[in-house]
Amino acid sequence: MTQTCPECEGPVELAEPIRLSEIAQCPDCSSELEVTGVQPVTLALAPEIEEDWGE
Amino acid sequence: MRRPGPGGGLAVLASRVRYEEKRIFAALERREIRYTHLDTRRVTAGLEDGPGNGIEAGSEAGPEGGPFTAALTREISHSRAYYAALLLEGRGVATVNRAEVIAVCGDKLRTSLELRRAGLPTPRTRVALTPEAALEAAEALGFPVVVKPLTGSWGRLAALVRDRAEAQIVMEHRAALPSPQQHIIYLQEYIDKPDRDIRVVVAGDRVVAASYRYSEGWRTNAARDGRSEPCPVTPELGGLALAAAKAVGGGVLGVDLIEGPGGPYVLEVNHTVEFAGLQAAHGDGVDVADAIVSHVLEAV
Repeated sequence: MTQTCPECEGPVELAEPIRLSEIAQCPDCSSELEVTGVQPVTLALAPEIEEDWGE
Repeated sequence: MRRPGPGGGLAVLASRVRYEEKRIFAALERREIRYTHLDTRRVTAGLEDGPGNGIEAGSEAGPEGGPFTAALTREISHSRAYYAALLLEGRGVATVNRAEVIAVCGDKLRTSLELRRAGLPTPRTRVALTPEAALEAAEALGFPVVVKPLTGSWGRLAALVRDRAEAQIVMEHRAALPSPQQHIIYLQEYIDKPDRDIRVVVAGDRVVAASYRYSEGWRTNAARDGRSEPCPVTPELGGLALAAAKAVGGGVLGVDLIEGPGGPYVLEVNHTVEFAGLQAAHGDGVDVADAIVSHVLEAV
């Protein structure tokens, strides 16, 4: 499924099955994106990395 | 769908669904395991018994809740992972990994103490409780030293310090950071190693697989997109990884080893192991997500 990048409006391809909170990267502007809805599919800029993030 | 145990389903906690989480969801669905993905950013939980006081996560479709009999934590935020596990355990939910394991792995000093207690090889380590005292700690260890934050991952904010002048600059920066925890300084001797480290994925008492992770920089764990190659699991490496996993409390863990001049050292143990590079290196020969699911079903 092809969606539109909320940052640059370029096309972003999402592989099925699309999952809520899934992370994708815009191939045009390299923005990190998050799937914020699946019915219908919506994209937003993903949250910035936080200090306690990691493995 | 089959349930992971009597009375309820499996919760998978994750605020970011990455390659690893998608693989785990797919493995659960292949096995027809009933599960609910809980985004920790929306989780609420009551501490008292009674209707509506379970673990819930609001979603577009309304609240999603238990009762859960088991939970797999795949949360990228250490704080949310730890407190979510505490809340779940408080309601009798078996968690993988347990809150105490998350707490130990999420703090480098606590990890080092457990590894030392188990008699496992780790780089020589000193801790200073102020940035000012860290200069003497670095001198005592002998330069070069590696300065790391107690919490954090991917080599972020770690510094290779070659002499006292560099140490003074790093400590001035640490002193200027607002978090009091950043003023606790964890220092390790620098181990002269090849341009790679070893990631070993452990699930329970089983070594799932290992990979070499290559990087041109000294922080081999920082190159998340760096090159990975399969690493043979020798009895020495496998035994060391299992012992390290056991030392921190066991579960689904990513044990990072480095190859020093005198043999392997345990560097750290990760409670929300990333395995995209390892999985790509091994191809179809290994299914890390399926091994994780197998362990969760056995453990709960």
